[in-house]
Amino acid sequence: MSALLSIKNLWKDFGGFVATRDVTFDLEEGERHAIIGPNGAGKTTFFNLITGHMHPSKGSVEFRGKDITGIPPHKVVKLGIARSFQRINIFPRMSVFENVQVALMSREGQSLKMFKLCFDLHVAETNQLLDTVGLLTEAEETAGELAYGKQKQLELAIALAENPDVLLLDEPTAGMSPTETGDAIKLVDRITKERGLTLLFTEHDMGVVFGISDRISVLHHGEIIASGLPDDVRNDPEVRRIYLGEDADAAA
Amino acid sequence: MTSPLSKTGMAACLIILILCALTPLLQSDYLIDVVTEILIVALFALSLNIIIGYSGNVSFGHAAYFAIGGYVNAILLTTYGWPLLPSAVAGVLAATLTAAIVAYFCTRLTDIYFAMLTLAFSMLVWAIVFKWRSLTNGDDGFTPVHVPAMIDDRTAFFYFTMIVIVVSIAVLWVITHSAFGRSLVAVRENVGRAGFVGIHTRRMRWQAFVIAGFFAGVAGVLFGMYHRGMYVESAFWTQSAQVLIMTLLGGIYSFFGPLIGAAVLFMLERLTNEYTEYWPTVLGVILLAILLFQPDGLVGLGKRIKNKFGGGGSP
Repeated sequence: MSALLSIKNLWKDFGGFVATRDVTFDLEEGERHAIIGPNGAGKTTFFNLITGHMHPSKGSVEFRGKDITGIPPHKVVKLGIARSFQRINIFPRMSVFENVQVALMSREGQSLKMFKLCFDLHVAETNQLLDTVGLLTEAEETAGELAYGKQKQLELAIALAENPDVLLLDEPTAGMSPTETGDAIKLVDRITKERGLTLLFTEHDMGVVFGISDRISVLHHGEIIASGLPDDVRNDPEVRRIYLGEDADAAA
Repeated sequence: MTSPLSKTGMAACLIILILCALTPLLQSDYLIDVVTEILIVALFALSLNIIIGYSGNVSFGHAAYFAIGGYVNAILLTTYGWPLLPSAVAGVLAATLTAAIVAYFCTRLTDIYFAMLTLAFSMLVWAIVFKWRSLTNGDDGFTPVHVPAMIDDRTAFFYFTMIVIVVSIAVLWVITHSAFGRSLVAVRENVGRAGFVGIHTRRMRWQAFVIAGFFAGVAGVLFGMYHRGMYVESAFWTQSAQVLIMTLLGGIYSFFGPLIGAAVLFMLERLTNEYTEYWPTVLGVILLAILLFQPDGLVGLGKRIKNKFGGGGSP
């Protein structure tokens, strides 16, 4: 069986600084895969290369066997790859409802429709998505005025609105308190199971990583130095030496 | 979710509309002139706000499309003796087409580079109008414009203008409250994220610019006939700046804001000119006050006052 997302010999070079070094990586349909690595390991760059936010210097990205290397973001998302961002990335002066509705209108190819009034478009589905992430009561609030954790939930709702097959989450719990982290992970866990989503995510919190992933890959200086089942990665001597250190025992 | 235009809002619009329509009954030429001109500049400001308030880019060259609409219509009517309809349509189309070409280049850029490029193109238009004397009569102004007999009367022209403007504003309202309009706000709010929900952001910004050019052209066509002349100043950057200030004064985050801004600024200019010749100074102070204290304009100020004095209380 071929992988859902297949990355072959990917390189990204920022004028001499190699952020992604010969990465070959397969994401299987339905799996939950964590990418870990220290700050500056190239995790976000790796995501940006997949979603078309950056062009790779070399190598290819294939999705369902189709080459999508260098395709712009707005086309990548239409193929079924959605992502959330490490930093809050919403439409701050629009209402929570509108944030999600805009994504739905885009999915349905209505963004350019100038004479189709927007008030009654996708009301039920928007509310249902807001309900899924627990924001239904905040629907009419201004998105930018929500608490940080709620803005992250909204990001997830926007990503889900695109009805993706693959969800890429770039540090979904960054900046959250331990309680918020727990809630956020439960939410991601539930949603990916309910919708049968393939999940690729980066994360610093080892508890989260080992808690929900089927497989883990370790990125270090732009290279994947280990990839496999959580236990294998945990026990990999190279990984222990370079990255996990004592944290591996703490997380265990 | 229902339409944001509440019953009170709808009633207010209707009352203003009726009051405008009744203006000629007051038998005051002055008043008819004032209302006609306010309607025209209001449409001009509303069109600019499609670029500023809705797509999130600042244009310093919006006068170009206003002037093209005005000049093309004036020249076709007068020099070539075209009837009103084809001439006006040609004027609007010329403005729209120019906007489409300019926007193709401008929407590749953002922020100050976008603004500067719109300014550069508008100066180009100004230079052409200024230099092409045989066609435009250069800085002597293209005057008089032959206004068709049907609307060659103060009251008739007033009603003609009013119908065109009301229809235009209605169409603009629909566009800004359509799927396109809301997606455009998303583009303004966060271009990157909008792109990654699948919105073709450059195409959207281009389309917004073209719509703005179209309605600026409509305003220009009316303006030329109202003044029975077109002057190079209409294409100059100061004209672009004035409509920009009107838009800011009213408030860019509201559909009707620019309309209010246009009316207020226009009246202020008239009144100030009756007492002093220092209008530019007054204008400067107004601009400072908006930018420093009221960045969301008069509409924002109104909202703040309403909130302060107990929300829904009857005025």
